[in-house]
Amino acid sequence: MSAFSVQFGLTLAGALFCLGLVGVLVRRNILFILLSLEIMLNAAGLAFVVAGARWQQPDGQVMFLFILVAAAAEVAVGLALVLQLFHRLRTLDADAAARMRG
Amino acid sequence: MRELLWLIPALPCAGFFILTLAGARLSHRGVALIGAGSVGLAALLSALVGLAFITAPPSSYAYVQTLWTWLEVSGLQPGIAFHLDPLALVMITVITAVGFLIHLYAVTYMGEEEGYGRFFAYMNLFVGAMLTLVLADNLLLLYLGWEGVGLCSYLLIGFWYRDPVSGYAARKAFVVTRVGDVALALGILLLATQVGTLHIQDLLRETARQWPDGSPLATLAAFLILGGALGKSAQLPLQTWLPDAMAGPVPVSALIHAATMVTAGVYLIARLQGLFTLAPAAQGAVAAIGAATLLLAGCSALVQRDIKRILAYSTISQIGYMFLALGVGAWSAAIFHFLTHAFFKALLFLGAGAVMLGLNHERDIYRMGGLRTRLPLTFWTFLVGAASLSAFPLVTAGFYSKEFILAQAWQSGGPWLWAAGIAGAFLTSLYAFRMVFLVFCGPAKGDVSLAPSLCRDIPLLVLALLAIVSGFLETPRTLGGLSLLTDFLRTGGPASLPELSLEVRLQLIASLASLAGIYTAYLFFRKRPRLAEEPQSAVVRLLHRFWFSGWGFDWLYHALLVQPFLWLAKINRDDFLDLIYRATAWCAAASHRALSRTQTGQVRWYAAVIAGGTVALVALAVFL
Repeated sequence: MSAFSVQFGLTLAGALFCLGLVGVLVRRNILFILLSLEIMLNAAGLAFVVAGARWQQPDGQVMFLFILVAAAAEVAVGLALVLQLFHRLRTLDADAAARMRG
Repeated sequence: MRELLWLIPALPCAGFFILTLAGARLSHRGVALIGAGSVGLAALLSALVGLAFITAPPSSYAYVQTLWTWLEVSGLQPGIAFHLDPLALVMITVITAVGFLIHLYAVTYMGEEEGYGRFFAYMNLFVGAMLTLVLADNLLLLYLGWEGVGLCSYLLIGFWYRDPVSGYAARKAFVVTRVGDVALALGILLLATQVGTLHIQDLLRETARQWPDGSPLATLAAFLILGGALGKSAQLPLQTWLPDAMAGPVPVSALIHAATMVTAGVYLIARLQGLFTLAPAAQGAVAAIGAATLLLAGCSALVQRDIKRILAYSTISQIGYMFLALGVGAWSAAIFHFLTHAFFKALLFLGAGAVMLGLNHERDIYRMGGLRTRLPLTFWTFLVGAASLSAFPLVTAGFYSKEFILAQAWQSGGPWLWAAGIAGAFLTSLYAFRMVFLVFCGPAKGDVSLAPSLCRDIPLLVLALLAIVSGFLETPRTLGGLSLLTDFLRTGGPASLPELSLEVRLQLIASLASLAGIYTAYLFFRKRPRLAEEPQSAVVRLLHRFWFSGWGFDWLYHALLVQPFLWLAKINRDDFLDLIYRATAWCAAASHRALSRTQTGQVRWYAAVIAGGTVALVALAVFL
């Protein structure tokens, strides 16, 4: 535990978050977008855990559990949407859904 | 009995409401019963109230009935309150009596017309508004009646609203009188702010206490109120609406000219005489305007062909006499002339209506003639009216009232005003008998068919009787010296009377002027009708055209006011004030277009915007 550095942990979390964001913005395949979203969520979770370890408090880990639940729920809804999208449009390209605009 | 005062204006108004709400469902008979009945009841009530007032006069000769407080704003408390004093009593008696006779006449006269219920509804409202005006105890209520009268005149002049000429005449009457009404409204506001009360009696007391004679404020207020009176009473320079108002039905013209509307200005000045005494300049202007108007209108009446237009100009001219009397301080003379004028002018209009009805709505007097034997009753009553209008000596009411005014004009106004009055008297009898000779004498032209009708004949007979006997209320000293009206009005009587020998001479001259007018008319239009028809010199023809068009006032106003206004309206078609509103609409549309472009439907674009927005917000939070 002694080799632990807050600096390093937060930098890692930030890097992961940015990677995830770039993935959401750049990828067109909707499955990859969902994956990238998961990475962003986990990056946020990592930041909580690092912070919890820094102050020796359990709250960071508790928060991570909440994030896990939210992620699970999000994936459940997201996958249903993916199935619908594929069913309707026969493609996984998120931009193809642009014709739904109002 | 006096407590029933409020019913007098309320009855015609109630008639108006019933006829408006249920007029279409009522039978012809029902409409006539309510329309004429409400005014008839009001006439009966005003006779009873008047009798009670005369037999047991209230203290200080005024009975005030406050129904409720209308509104209460920072000290001003105008109420719905009626003030009955001798002046108001004379007014309501004449208005309801003449109004009732005209309503009675209209029952058969308008019998064939479409919109019978509508007609009587407006007529009732007209009478109701006029009664409110003369009974009002404060200037605000008076103004309500004043505007009500204006509205009804618009509705009634434009009664045949499918005819564009009627519509134009109605609009003209409304707009021209509105010019005067603005002046009146300003005058009322000035009095309210300077004196702090609108109650007429308090107002007169306060102005007499606060303002010295001829103070600028008093003069300004009097001139503004005079402006209102000029508009309603069709005096120079706002007289142009009255001749055109002849586009309405005959009973309307009779009502407007005889009992209501045009006499409102005379009443207003007589009611506020205290204020005008404080402003000698305004009072002088009243006399000068009256004298000028009576001459101008008399000349115009002389050359008209339309029988109703002759009568219209004659009304303007006779109201000019009343203004002349008011201007020289002879208040009771003005009211006396109002009284007699109401009778003989209503009589003349109703007679003209009967003639027109008999001749299939012919209005040109040159296409009439020889009706003396065909319509004997109309002829005799019309003759009485014309004689009264021309002030035929000794036997007619018009003689006594006009003689009273002329004597006062000589005594208090000087020889010029008196000379104008005498010249006016000559013109009056000339045009009145020109009408009589052309319409009733000479060879017959066209077929006459007029079914006798009691409803039409009774008003003519009653009015003819009144046009003779109402003069004996007030006779000069040389002829009995009765002064019932002056005593009743309690204006203190004329300030000074001319010497007896002078008075006799004045009367002789006035009588001679009247008789000379009749003789000239006889000469030109009966004995040698050729004289009036022969080709005349260019000057005479030019004068004829000029007078025919009413001294070119219509032309002048058209060129000076109507044309520039139309031109302005045309160049400002796309109202520049609208630019503001159109710019607002344009901004909204542009932002709509810009924002709708951001809604691409691409999830990644939305996510990018959200991320960018978050970064921007965090940056704001961190760096600021």
